[in-house]
Amino acid sequence: MNSSATTLLSIDGVTKRFGRVTAVDRLSLDIRENEFFALLGASGSGKTTLLRMLAGFETPEEGAIRLDGADIARVPPNRRPVNLMFQSYALFPHMTVAGNIAYGLEMERLPRAEIAARVDEIMAITELSPMAGRKPDQLSGGQRQRVALARALVKRPRLLLLDEPLGALDKKLRAAMQLELKRLQHEVGITFIVVTHDQEEALVMADRIAILKDGRLLQVGTPHEVYEAPASRYAADFIGVMNFIEEAGRTLAIRPERIRLFPDAADRTTEGRVTARAYHGLDLMLHVATPLSPRPLVVRLTAEAADRRPVAEGDTVTLGWTQADTRTFTE
Amino acid sequence: MAPALAWLTALMVIPCALILALGFFRRGVYGGIEYTFTLENFALLLDPLYAGIFLTSARIAGTATLIAVVIGYAAAYAIAAAPRHRQPLLLFLAVLPFWSNYLIRTYAWIVLLNREGLITQALRMMGYEGEPPSLLYTEGAVITGLVYNYLPFVILACYAPLARLNPELAEASRDLGASAFTTFRRVVLPMTLHGVAAGAVFVFVLSIGNFITPALLGGGRFQMIGNLVYAQFLTANDWPFGAALSMALIAIMMGLLTLQAMAADRGAGQRREGADG
Repeated sequence: MNSSATTLLSIDGVTKRFGRVTAVDRLSLDIRENEFFALLGASGSGKTTLLRMLAGFETPEEGAIRLDGADIARVPPNRRPVNLMFQSYALFPHMTVAGNIAYGLEMERLPRAEIAARVDEIMAITELSPMAGRKPDQLSGGQRQRVALARALVKRPRLLLLDEPLGALDKKLRAAMQLELKRLQHEVGITFIVVTHDQEEALVMADRIAILKDGRLLQVGTPHEVYEAPASRYAADFIGVMNFIEEAGRTLAIRPERIRLFPDAADRTTEGRVTARAYHGLDLMLHVATPLSPRPLVVRLTAEAADRRPVAEGDTVTLGWTQADTRTFTE
Repeated sequence: MAPALAWLTALMVIPCALILALGFFRRGVYGGIEYTFTLENFALLLDPLYAGIFLTSARIAGTATLIAVVIGYAAAYAIAAAPRHRQPLLLFLAVLPFWSNYLIRTYAWIVLLNREGLITQALRMMGYEGEPPSLLYTEGAVITGLVYNYLPFVILACYAPLARLNPELAEASRDLGASAFTTFRRVVLPMTLHGVAAGAVFVFVLSIGNFITPALLGGGRFQMIGNLVYAQFLTANDWPFGAALSMALIAIMMGLLTLQAMAADRGAGQRREGADG
């Protein structure tokens, strides 16, 4: 995603309160045309409230939400070119798969033939054609998820919102669907905003990620930027695994894969004892107790590196890293 | 299972069988029963006079059902839309009239609709000086009484599916471009129709066989089948014809209840899905 792309959606100083709770607090964010954007945060971070404001189910107290330049903050959900894929999918149980998908086009009062053609087309793309006549309760979880997606995509919205789109699927299916969603987004050329609490999902799928906490924006950037250059300790901790070393009033953060075992050259080295060893197939995770921090440091070795120099629990090892691989926080 | 079966047999099946059997005998000259087999009691049901009463009863019960369903569904919708913690209280208020006797509730309407009743008095207080309106002893009074008495059934029958409905379904409909009204017509109503059907059948079945309300609020001028049955047994002393009338009435009720049960069975699969979301 290049940064000169045009802005599609501009969230400008948006605040939403529920009674005394401020769910979204003066949040500003620009989302670009054709972007796959992830809103990442723990529960209570305001990500779902923000998504519901974009869909039109909540109205912000302050601020503007501009889509193609026009403020849509007070436009009802059925009058905005934005569609939402619900976490529960919210398929209409009394309609068939084809009926569910056609519903949104019928609301646009399109000619019957055009509705049929577009429904057929999207069912082909999402591999639902053989299930056209089935009711939602006759589908598997993965199939229901695709119906929900097809039902939103067939409307050809300017913006598609997805609320925890893979949350209801099992782990294996989820990994496959992450790539599938990305492929679909390329194929249909629609801007996607995904809400997720799963940082790995955000890293895999998104062009850019926004990290939310307590209704505020902590950081926006590409997966590479938020992973390698987290703007705060919270962001560093939230995304991936991070080691923290507290010293002299500041926090040093280093990723497990940046720590080297028995390094030839390093800016800093430390001795430690291996307290745990976990084999993951592709890589090996070590927990190494060192004098630097009360919790053991997590070290990630590639299978290749682990083979070159096998270590066992209880072994004493030397760890080292270069200054460039660390981040320093002074909060 | 066995005690329930015994209970049903003793209190429902045997009395009904006795009534049915009664319908095939002849009326004695001085009342009483002459035990010779005949079909003339059932043939008499087709007499325009009695068939007309069946039709009148069906019309009154049908009108009451229609009004009760419209008001009851709206009330159930409002209760289901209220904050969750307040719903039990609202439901309690809806069924509160059931705590008093049916007769007393019906007499209350006499006090209200009477020529010198509360409604007339209220009109007078607002400056009305003409003839008092004749509200009591009209078909409207009978329908009002039936609607009032059976409304809670409709509210309860419609509330259950409305409360269970996943609110995200209505949101999804709005999100896909439907107006609030279209969302109601194409999503909310179809998914709660089984509750409407259950409530409607209940009101209709109870109304068509009712004899207290037409007797008290209709003043005997609007005879419904229930009044006719009552008269055959207690004043005309024609038990066999009364039995035949009762059987015809029970057949209508059973037919409707069976249809409703079949429809509910067919809808059960869909509702399971609705609950799963």
